[in-house]
Amino acid sequence: MPDDHRYLSKLACELLLGAALAGWPLAALAAGAIDTQDFDQVQRGHYLTVAGDCAACHTLPGSGRDFAGGRIVETPFGHLVAPNITPDPRTGIGAWTDDEFVNALTKGTGRHGERLYPAMPFTYYTKLSRQDALAIRAYLNTVPAVDNPIKSDQLPFPFNIRLSMAGWDELFFKPGEFKPDPHKSAQWNRGAYLTEGLGHCGMCHTPKNVAGADETGDALQGYALQGWFAPNITNEARRGLGSWSVDQIAAYLQNGENGIAVGNGLMAETIHLSTSHLTDADAEAIAVYLKDRPEDQGKQQAEAAPASSPPDQTTMKAGEQIYADECSGCHTPDGKGVTGLFPSLHGTPFVQQTDPTNLIHVVLRGALGVATKAAPTAPEMPAFAWVLSDDHIAALLTYVRNSWGNAAPAVGAGDVSKERAKLDERND
Amino acid sequence: MPRKLPHKDVAIIGLGWTGSILANELTDAGLDVVAIERGPWRDTGTDFAISYAQDELRYRLRHELFLRNSQMSVTFRNNQSQTALPVRSWGAFMLGNGVGGAGVHWNAETWRFQPTDFTLRSHLTQRYGASFLPADMTIQDWGITWNEIEPYYDMFEYLCGTAGQAGNLGGKIQAGGNPYEGPRSRPYPTPPQKQGYGHMLFAEGAAKLGYKPFPQPSGNMSQGYTNPLGVTLGPCTYCGFCEWFGCANNSKASPQTTVLPALLRKSNFEARTDSEVTRINLDNTGKRATGVTYVDSSGEEYEQPADLVLVCAFSLFNVQLLLLSGVGTPYDPNTGQGQIGRNFTHQTMSSALGFFDKDKYNFNPFVASGAIGMIIDEFNGDNYDHGPLGFVGGGYIGQVQTNGRPIESTAVPPETPAWGPKWKQAVKDNYLSTINSGGACHGSMYSYKDVYLSLDPTYKDRFGRPLMRITIDFHDNELKMSSFLTDKYAGILQAMGAKQIVKKPRKGPYDVTEYQTSHLNGGAIMGDNPGNSAVNRYLQSWDVPNLFVIGASAFPQNAGYNPTGTVGALAFWVAEAIRSQYLKNPGPLVHA
Amino acid sequence: MYQATRRQLLGSSAVWLLLTSGAARAAIIRGGIPWKPGAGGPPEQVTPGGWKFFTPQEAAAVEALVDRLIPADELSPGGKECGCAVFIDRQLAGPYGHFGGYYMAGPFQKGTKQQGPQSPVTPAEQYRKALAALDQACRGKYGGKAFAELTDAQKDEVIGGLEGGSFNLGGEDGQEFFKLVLKNTQNGYLADPIYGGNKDMASWKMIGFPGAHYDYRDWINKHNQRVTLASVGIANHPNWTQQHS
Repeated sequence: MPDDHRYLSKLACELLLGAALAGWPLAALAAGAIDTQDFDQVQRGHYLTVAGDCAACHTLPGSGRDFAGGRIVETPFGHLVAPNITPDPRTGIGAWTDDEFVNALTKGTGRHGERLYPAMPFTYYTKLSRQDALAIRAYLNTVPAVDNPIKSDQLPFPFNIRLSMAGWDELFFKPGEFKPDPHKSAQWNRGAYLTEGLGHCGMCHTPKNVAGADETGDALQGYALQGWFAPNITNEARRGLGSWSVDQIAAYLQNGENGIAVGNGLMAETIHLSTSHLTDADAEAIAVYLKDRPEDQGKQQAEAAPASSPPDQTTMKAGEQIYADECSGCHTPDGKGVTGLFPSLHGTPFVQQTDPTNLIHVVLRGALGVATKAAPTAPEMPAFAWVLSDDHIAALLTYVRNSWGNAAPAVGAGDVSKERAKLDERND
Repeated sequence: MPRKLPHKDVAIIGLGWTGSILANELTDAGLDVVAIERGPWRDTGTDFAISYAQDELRYRLRHELFLRNSQMSVTFRNNQSQTALPVRSWGAFMLGNGVGGAGVHWNAETWRFQPTDFTLRSHLTQRYGASFLPADMTIQDWGITWNEIEPYYDMFEYLCGTAGQAGNLGGKIQAGGNPYEGPRSRPYPTPPQKQGYGHMLFAEGAAKLGYKPFPQPSGNMSQGYTNPLGVTLGPCTYCGFCEWFGCANNSKASPQTTVLPALLRKSNFEARTDSEVTRINLDNTGKRATGVTYVDSSGEEYEQPADLVLVCAFSLFNVQLLLLSGVGTPYDPNTGQGQIGRNFTHQTMSSALGFFDKDKYNFNPFVASGAIGMIIDEFNGDNYDHGPLGFVGGGYIGQVQTNGRPIESTAVPPETPAWGPKWKQAVKDNYLSTINSGGACHGSMYSYKDVYLSLDPTYKDRFGRPLMRITIDFHDNELKMSSFLTDKYAGILQAMGAKQIVKKPRKGPYDVTEYQTSHLNGGAIMGDNPGNSAVNRYLQSWDVPNLFVIGASAFPQNAGYNPTGTVGALAFWVAEAIRSQYLKNPGPLVHA
Repeated sequence: MYQATRRQLLGSSAVWLLLTSGAARAAIIRGGIPWKPGAGGPPEQVTPGGWKFFTPQEAAAVEALVDRLIPADELSPGGKECGCAVFIDRQLAGPYGHFGGYYMAGPFQKGTKQQGPQSPVTPAEQYRKALAALDQACRGKYGGKAFAELTDAQKDEVIGGLEGGSFNLGGEDGQEFFKLVLKNTQNGYLADPIYGGNKDMASWKMIGFPGAHYDYRDWINKHNQRVTLASVGIANHPNWTQQHS
């Protein structure tokens, strides 16, 4: 009775969806009750695909060819090119079985058993339920098939030898579906599932070891990549999200703007493509989970030490003058900025990260704030590389990082010089 | 052969204030809209960044943000007996260019006209009799009323976040506002800006003389503001680099800071920049526009077909495109026949310099915004009895000193030598203590039979198209008015305590090298029938109903206020007419 | 072909090129604000030293002119030390010197005063001819001395003659040249120092203009008080120097 089957299946999916929104891991529900052509399944798959930000790698911006691959993925070891995941049978994943798809997503295993490079965040997606993985598949089955052959692997020797990945997996990959913590709320568990799994936040925000694997002991404490520093998003008071409320974190994810900060840099794209489309419940769940990431007190104290002895006063004085001449017209004399337009520098984590990369970056090259439906303004930070020397920027940032109650290590001219040289080689 | 592009619902010529507003409204209605802009894209962080925006030489003297005369200019003469010659570099007016248009470089003085301005001929005739008006004065009613346009002024002010003090809320006069303004439906969205010493001294002087001073309505923000499109503007920092300049901290209302961020996100909108529309295309009946032809920066020609064409360029160039495309009948000043080019107007500006004792007064003129200022409106429009005076019209009078930029602001007493040690001493002695309000008397200019626009027979643009020819001179009515206003202003300077006053009433002949304002109006005016206007009350061409011509080109004559508030209101008014009437039943919205 | 790194910034996807046959293209903007990292158009800093337009003889005359139009006194250094001649030299070597951006199509006809300048002779050409004529006229009148070699009193006499129309420059219009030089000199004296004049913001300090500040919120309500901020230029910030011992 195919009709009955479909009906039941649809009902099952509605239950699944309800369960998802309630924060319950879906693995608890019966496997096999999935109809990959079901409308609700496809809709849920679409939502999960956006929440997982698959397009960030698999859609080449401006190509008009969703999920057809071709975007270069930077890794510390060289460049990969994201593959075509449209249903095209020859160049996409149209010919893959569901199991092959789920294995690639959650186990990092290619169609022919080869190991995938962890630029594909399977170390996070492994926490996905099979049902969620299949929902994503269901949605991807509905996008236009594009004939676009991609030569994915462009790493230099020796990293181009995929066999080496087996050893890497052995060391750094802990496969396994998300297990809810029964001592925490459903909302917390939903947040954990999204943060540690589908959202793969640590992919940018967690420090990496020499092999490019997460330093799991320092999870979400910030990591420098691609000319930026993905900041600390634990609940640390100064550098983390300690000073932000759950609502402010959720607003930042959804609107790109929360009255304190405006999303820019790498996060601007993540907000644009992914987090601005999260439901209120999911954005809040992530915020609740992040607010429960403990701060690393010992480390914070150790790293804050250089600032506890006040920075050199001549530097601070020069920085104050530079700030008054170039910055206060937007960020205001007290550093508080303008809600919805110019980010606050006053007590905000963005300026107090141990690693000043982002500050140097935006001062040198400017930045475009993210535009969302709720906050379309997209304010611009202009580039100052033409007028501020390395010494100037060092003084300015040392001043900003140690004024209005801020405390962070001083920035040296050498730090600026290094970033300037690095950025000069980037075209993004 | 031009390359033919895929069809669009709407083609908009020019992406300034009116183009941005219309594009935003019509994309909201679901239409597929393309805007074609002859200048470049411009944005805050790139084109007027805070580290170099405050550059008087580059932006004011060398015209960085303005249309280059080499791309398009105009010719000028005082009267029909002269040969018009090209304006080789802008002088009496400065015409904007690029995305945002004049909305980038304006001062943001955001005025409404008066209720009687919209029914000017009827009103003056009723009050003073038809014979009171000069015989060759061709002023007329607009075809709309105050009550009809008021809600659209409100929309523009709330888009811009205009800072001001209401003077007439629903008929109730409000203390501290302009008691002469038409009744408004609600207060300004933000409170007035702060005022400098010179501005407040003017207010005190004016009050002493019995006038009712009020803060100028300003599109420079008094505080942060998020408009109905969700776009946020920041507070003005009184940097003193406003007019001629782009705002570096998003505190001046412009298409960039109010509309474009929301508009550019829409998938049914697209802008093409560095692309100059060369003509509006008509079908073989001449009664229907089929789209536009434009040329890009490499000289490639394109045809953009569209169902609806909106002419949203600067007023002069709206008229030029109509004439070049054969829309309507060119105006003939000898017969008075034809509508395209008729009732061209500018402004009648005048001022006075007030030199004050340097040991007692320090005005810090550089601490200012573009639309800062204290104003009196006693002598605007028909707020006073013209009967004994023998002229009509007027203007606001104010201390609207917007800057202390040294090249423009080093006025010295007239007896000072032009160079040498005495010039230096006088510059030093007067810089901080002079009231030098360029737009102090913002006088109206009414329309005349012999002031008009036509195509120049000799001078051409780079494509070989005739330049717009301006034939204009001041008439006695305006010169008398200017003298009257300047005397009133000088009286206030006296009351403020000036030790020396140098009056500068406007004198004829009209001089194309002396900057007045960039408020050029008329040439494709609105009215209630095809015999007196180029466009109907919805700014729809009488001749080509799927063509709307939007901007100050529609003003039948100019009032004693800055025009942008009215231009913005008209843009919303047209958008509403297209959305609620035209789209349901495409065709003439007013039957002749 | 498009090439992009994984996290290419948003804005860069907002400008498109509409490719047509050959090299034809028009910028198309959609999807968001077009923006590129590092984008901007800062002015080019004029560096003193050498002449880009003037010959050494011309430069000597212009330096002498600007130093009398703006003489050194207790108020400020003179026009020469302030860099006014350098300013004029760089302006004449740039777009201004050759009427860049002007409507330059003919016919060139003499019009009324109200119709504005109609001459095809550019400022650069005007300087070249008038400076030669100036030295020649001075040599004739002052015993073979070029303008720069005259005493201050003689220079002032010549400038006054140009201004009043009594000092003849042969075929050149001396009065028009005087107006041009005076305007250019005063512009250089009062413009941002980045253009070569107004060295150390001498004129701004003289008049009390704080320069390229962008935030006077602290001052708008301080009526009739002298602003105490030090003068700064766009790229001229003596107050930024770190004085490390």
